[in-house]
Amino acid sequence: MELNITFAGLISQFLVGLSRAMILFIVSSGLSFILGVLRVPNVAHGSLYMIGAFTAHTLAMAGGGGVAGFWMALFIAPLIVALISLIAERLLFCHLYEREHLMLLLFTFALMLILGDLTKMTWGADYRSLVAPPFLQGSVSLLGTPFPKYNLFLLAVGPMVAVGLWLFSSKTKVGKIARAAAVDREMVGAIGINVSWVFAFAFVMGCFLAGLGGALVSPTVSITLGMDHTIIIEAFLIVTIGGLGNMWGAMAGSLIFGVSQSIGVLLWPQFAIVFPYLAVVIILTLKPTGLLKSVW
Amino acid sequence: MVLLVAPFFAARFYIYILGVIFVFALLAMSLNLLVGHGGIYQFHHAAFYGVGAYTAGLIAAKTSLPFWIGFCAGPVMAAAAGWVIGLFCVRLNKLYFGMLQISLGSLIWIVALRWYSLTAGDDGIHGIRMPEVLSSTINAYYFLLAVVSACILVMFLIYKSPFGVTLRAIRDNPQRCEAVGIDVRRHQLLAIVIATFFAGVAGVMFVVLEGSIFPDMLFWVLSLEVFIMCLLGGWFTFFGPVVGAAIMVALRTFVGSVTEYWTMILGIVLILLIFFLPEGIMGINFREWARGRSRRAAARAAEGTDAAG
Repeated sequence: MELNITFAGLISQFLVGLSRAMILFIVSSGLSFILGVLRVPNVAHGSLYMIGAFTAHTLAMAGGGGVAGFWMALFIAPLIVALISLIAERLLFCHLYEREHLMLLLFTFALMLILGDLTKMTWGADYRSLVAPPFLQGSVSLLGTPFPKYNLFLLAVGPMVAVGLWLFSSKTKVGKIARAAAVDREMVGAIGINVSWVFAFAFVMGCFLAGLGGALVSPTVSITLGMDHTIIIEAFLIVTIGGLGNMWGAMAGSLIFGVSQSIGVLLWPQFAIVFPYLAVVIILTLKPTGLLKSVW
Repeated sequence: MVLLVAPFFAARFYIYILGVIFVFALLAMSLNLLVGHGGIYQFHHAAFYGVGAYTAGLIAAKTSLPFWIGFCAGPVMAAAAGWVIGLFCVRLNKLYFGMLQISLGSLIWIVALRWYSLTAGDDGIHGIRMPEVLSSTINAYYFLLAVVSACILVMFLIYKSPFGVTLRAIRDNPQRCEAVGIDVRRHQLLAIVIATFFAGVAGVMFVVLEGSIFPDMLFWVLSLEVFIMCLLGGWFTFFGPVVGAAIMVALRTFVGSVTEYWTMILGIVLILLIFFLPEGIMGINFREWARGRSRRAAARAAEGTDAAG
């Protein structure tokens, strides 16, 4: 195996990893939020991400594939996903909060199966791809190597979402209640807050982020059935290595996951996907409860 | 008994389906040894099933060694993999255990998926030749029935043994077990090795039945499916997972032949089950049965007092 790595190549690959990490962050922070407040690993999260991507594709096509369509897709697709999750939560999920934990997990699995087939019914089994709007097409030159503009866009959006989430959870009343419910739900209920609605809000909010991740990723990958299975396992691992329910942990985990994979592509292309998993194994062996403090 | 004579009047297709049910029943029971009886969240159990199948399949397809070596090597390799992964995982609790286990198991999946020269990657290896004795479906069926029943018997003995009782005690209260001097981690590790061994047996049985290996056998979605079989059948009962496996396989086969959206039907069935039968199918049966019996006993006692009075 001959390594032929230039500095510029390394930097550009690093940035590719970072932009991938931004998508992972948006999806896994939603998962982490649900996990923190509801204490449920939401297996259906990946399906909502997939639905977000498909919806974004449909909306962008309906908008003519231009700039307007792109923004419409980016804002409305996550809202549609949030609406789906709200219906599922109020209709079924909210009756289960008192149950055994594995039952909640089982419910989200059932939801994943149903949403997966609904996606197949609505959009069919074909591959789809979406082109980025004109102002994000093409690439810019970084240290002499071309770098896609859309990835730069992702690098800008990721931190914006992170800051927005941080402001939301530490400055607004709803965010504070949600954080309090994560620590001690009985106490929150005892002071007269409707915990059921806090849970509903947290679930919908997390799913919104899944949809947003799906909408953002849609111009960079081929949109297909099965993308839910890949993302959900990655998001779970990220949340675990970061510390369950910790948003900054989700950020740290995403960065490790995305960058180790993109650097792995340089080192050993055939086994590139081994690297993030190895990183997870190393981190959990050294620090079994994740990098940052878990809310559990 | 019914299973013994089934091949004489059932069509070949149904024999094959029964074989598939045996394989998954064994796999689900081995997982339930950990999840239901041990309280260990083994999220990626299919990895060991795949290790068993790949070991047996590769030995059969790539070497000229006799089959029986592959048959024995499969479970042993699975147990070895289970031991190594278990060593890493037993230090963690519940969800963290499950997560580390998923990532370590996924490493095995990646190796099977990407090591083209050995495993043929995504395509897998098909048409692995079996020894003459097992080449007919009927013979394979009886072989499977024998092996799976033997394994279930052994598992039942383990379940009833002091070790099994200790394991259930650990599930219910690990701190207390530690306090009375039980080495919790060692018991859990041993349970993992036993369970992964039987998962390996299930993998080998799949190779006997199907004659093929492919990386989806190690994918975590299959693990989740097996997990569901345990919950579906009743995870606190010993035979629950068999019922769960039978239902899952039957649903996939028969609903799958009518509509391509069988997973949605499965999802709906699961939701109904969560709402109406939270302890799984076997769980509810036992409770009803026990209630019925105690009522009858009470009635008899009442009659007795009436007669006496």
